[in-house]
Amino acid sequence: MEIKKTAIAGTLESSDIQLMISQADSGIAIDLQSDVKKVFGDQIEAVITTTLNEMGVTSAKVKAVDKGALDCVIKARTIAAVQRAAETTATPAWEVL
Amino acid sequence: MAENEERLRRTMMFVPGNNPAMVKDAGIYGADSIMFDLEDSVSLPEKDAARLLVYEALQTQDYGTAEMVVRVNGQDTPFYDNDVKAMVKAGIDVIRLPKAESPEMVQKLDADIAAAEKEFGREAGSTHLMAAIESAKGVLRAADIAAASDRMIGIALSAEDYTTDMKTHRYPDGRELEFARNMVLHAARAAGVAAFDTVFTNMDDTEGFYRETEYIHQLGFDGKSLVNPRQIPMVNKVYEPTEAEIKNARNVINAIQEAKLKGSGVISMNGQMVDRPVVLRAQRVMKLAKASNLVDEEGNYLEK
Amino acid sequence: MKSKVNRELPDDLMQKLDYKPFETTEIGHPEIQRVAPKVHVSTGDDKIVDSIKQVVADTVKDGMTISFHHHFRNGDFVFNQVMRVIIDAGIKNLTLAPSSLTGVMNDMVIEAIKAGTITNITSSGMRGSLGDFVSHGGLKNPVIFRSHGNRARAIEHGDIKIDVAFLGVPSADRLGNANGMEGNAVFGSLGYALMDAQYADQVVLLTDNIVDYPNTPASIKQTQVDYVVKVDKVGDPDKIGSGATRFTKDPKELKIASMVNDVITHSPYFKDGFSFQTGSGGAALAVTRYLRQSMIDNQITASFALGGITKPTTDLLNEGLVKKVMDVQDFDKGAADSMHTNGNQQEIDASWYADPDNKGAMVDQLDVVILSALEIDTKFNVNVMTGSDGVIRGAIGGHQDAATGKLTIISAPLVRGRIATVVPDVTTVVTPGDSVDVLVTEFGIAINPKRTDLIAVLSNIPGLPVYKIEDLQKMAEKRVGTPKPLEFTDRTVALIEYRDGTVIDTVKEVKD
Repeated sequence: MEIKKTAIAGTLESSDIQLMISQADSGIAIDLQSDVKKVFGDQIEAVITTTLNEMGVTSAKVKAVDKGALDCVIKARTIAAVQRAAETTATPAWEVL
Repeated sequence: MAENEERLRRTMMFVPGNNPAMVKDAGIYGADSIMFDLEDSVSLPEKDAARLLVYEALQTQDYGTAEMVVRVNGQDTPFYDNDVKAMVKAGIDVIRLPKAESPEMVQKLDADIAAAEKEFGREAGSTHLMAAIESAKGVLRAADIAAASDRMIGIALSAEDYTTDMKTHRYPDGRELEFARNMVLHAARAAGVAAFDTVFTNMDDTEGFYRETEYIHQLGFDGKSLVNPRQIPMVNKVYEPTEAEIKNARNVINAIQEAKLKGSGVISMNGQMVDRPVVLRAQRVMKLAKASNLVDEEGNYLEK
Repeated sequence: MKSKVNRELPDDLMQKLDYKPFETTEIGHPEIQRVAPKVHVSTGDDKIVDSIKQVVADTVKDGMTISFHHHFRNGDFVFNQVMRVIIDAGIKNLTLAPSSLTGVMNDMVIEAIKAGTITNITSSGMRGSLGDFVSHGGLKNPVIFRSHGNRARAIEHGDIKIDVAFLGVPSADRLGNANGMEGNAVFGSLGYALMDAQYADQVVLLTDNIVDYPNTPASIKQTQVDYVVKVDKVGDPDKIGSGATRFTKDPKELKIASMVNDVITHSPYFKDGFSFQTGSGGAALAVTRYLRQSMIDNQITASFALGGITKPTTDLLNEGLVKKVMDVQDFDKGAADSMHTNGNQQEIDASWYADPDNKGAMVDQLDVVILSALEIDTKFNVNVMTGSDGVIRGAIGGHQDAATGKLTIISAPLVRGRIATVVPDVTTVVTPGDSVDVLVTEFGIAINPKRTDLIAVLSNIPGLPVYKIEDLQKMAEKRVGTPKPLEFTDRTVALIEYRDGTVIDTVKEVKD
């Protein structure tokens, strides 16, 4: 899936994560802010990366501000952000869910 | 009518579908049904995000034995189709249709669910539905709506939209809802499905909440829709059977077992025949008593 | 060497500081020799001093131990005024020994450490920037954390030898008769400061309110005081209250509180004449509310409520549901005011409250206590000191002391955000599992297997699921995932004393 524009999903409320996805030349770069980065930083980045891969996104810049989100929330917000960035919100990628 | 008719549905807790903290914790309060909302509590630009959040939560979170319900967006919105598909794929127990005004709307949902079940390989008929009555039209057609689908588990009155439609608003005594409540309840009972009363939003008016809950309990509603988990123990308290009701119900159940042992088709208690309504009521009382922690595993009343 | 809760303790430090590792929660019946302070004899007519500068010049010398109390909490104006003068005077190598450190003091402490003014600290706790600073190795010598009862013990033993105590009070007369109840910035009980007043070699009172002699009731007495300094303001009354008095509306906290109440009312301790300590914080206040209803329903009254006091507790006193309130500190103005008006609200010092080396402390008489936890592990050990990042951000307070109560309940959510509260091993052991009896979470309770008596009475309460604590730990991990272990260096930045003065655990410098 191609990132066509910069898009945001999620909020800065407790237990949520806000993701901003934008175009990048190559590869996936994640800039993560989180109070639990020490103990869950790797895991959060892994969920984002895996979800991007499943959606066929190979190059993107991701800025993530985490407020203690569980994996299921991170995955849901990543999908939402990608679909918005790829302008495919109306035709969800059912196979990725 | 769906098969799990005898399920307790005292409390249906509304949870805003785009709020991760509330979605995550929805299972800890002991609601009989949890209703994730994709409709009124979610702003238009967040419809996609809420749908995805609820979907992922349903895949991963443990909500215990609660019945899982999702309120999808209305059929007149661009979100309805994807809401229904996503929730069927997620394996939701019940899809709640808002603003139901005709049996055709229910039948459309039924058909859409059937198609989604097929598309995503879910067992045909495993997804149930319910309808919310929110207008004069809906109230007048409540009976047809309640009977419109084999997937139907219940109908709910939604008083905020309804009172607006009726050119009134909600009053503390609830007299403006008398007709609608009775219509919804009768429609549900005639179709053999559950009846849910509307929400009570003033969290500071505990007395008013108890008054309204006692009233709808007296009418015969299965339970109430709730906006705050703090209301769950209050509703359960109203639905608690009394000690006398429990002991009487226990006697009826004993009589049934005795008749079974004897191989007798006729159930009698204290020399009198026990008819079917009495048996059904006794079974419901025992179920409520168990859910209220008033009896032990064998059904013996626990002294307080 | 290791403490009995299986924590490795650094041999060199233990030897250098002459410490023994924690062995047991049993105090036994040792004979103790207490110390006595020096007395600079005076008739009392010369105590009023105009400036902090003057009194600091007269009293504080390099290498001394100075102390403060934290009854003003985040409304404290005294600490920063005094420390400013001490830093500017170029005094070095002080040991700072306050009853605790609050956020408003953080910047000044850090400055004093950097200036070499403060080289040692003993406290109940620290939070925010100071905790961060210490956890990153900002102070050369390890901080020694002591509970309120243990601080009283250490002062009486001479482990903490206070040279000068700077004690802010809302009212004092010219000879130093003082209380915490009258004036502008009132905080009620002077419980922790009473130790300093009794045992410091020199006692300096600071007040913005010098009243006619003699000031009564006198909590601190003229016989203990060397100087009285008039300052513009001792504190901000709006920031003294901990803000903990509002009843929570958080449904999760309410659910936990109602379950805590179920545990209490089904325990054998819930009978006429029982005693309890609930502490502060939203959930604790909600417990007080549920408990009140249960006491009314069952026609039970309590002989006393203990500890840090809040208005909901003094309300019970006024309703007659609690006969006496034994008050070592007040968390809000309502509780502070009540001390003034209700003769059944007794001010007690930290020794009376919780000192283990005593002829009987109040905590020894305590039936039911509700405490919080940042973490609790499958051995029931509790951490109230370090956060999920390993950084110091808490205080022992009366946790170890009150946990000696007959029924010690830890009330905590199973997870906070993405952080599990119930863990395989806590980062820092503050209160040993041996003194913890029941854990209450929103999912259910766990009973310490050593309390077979409680397992028998609490196992069949309707609507109160009982789990093994290992199962609760697994439930928490299933929800949030498995965290990566925290990384620390070998350097010890703090020692956690048990209330008897042994060392139960250490805090290491975090690796970032």
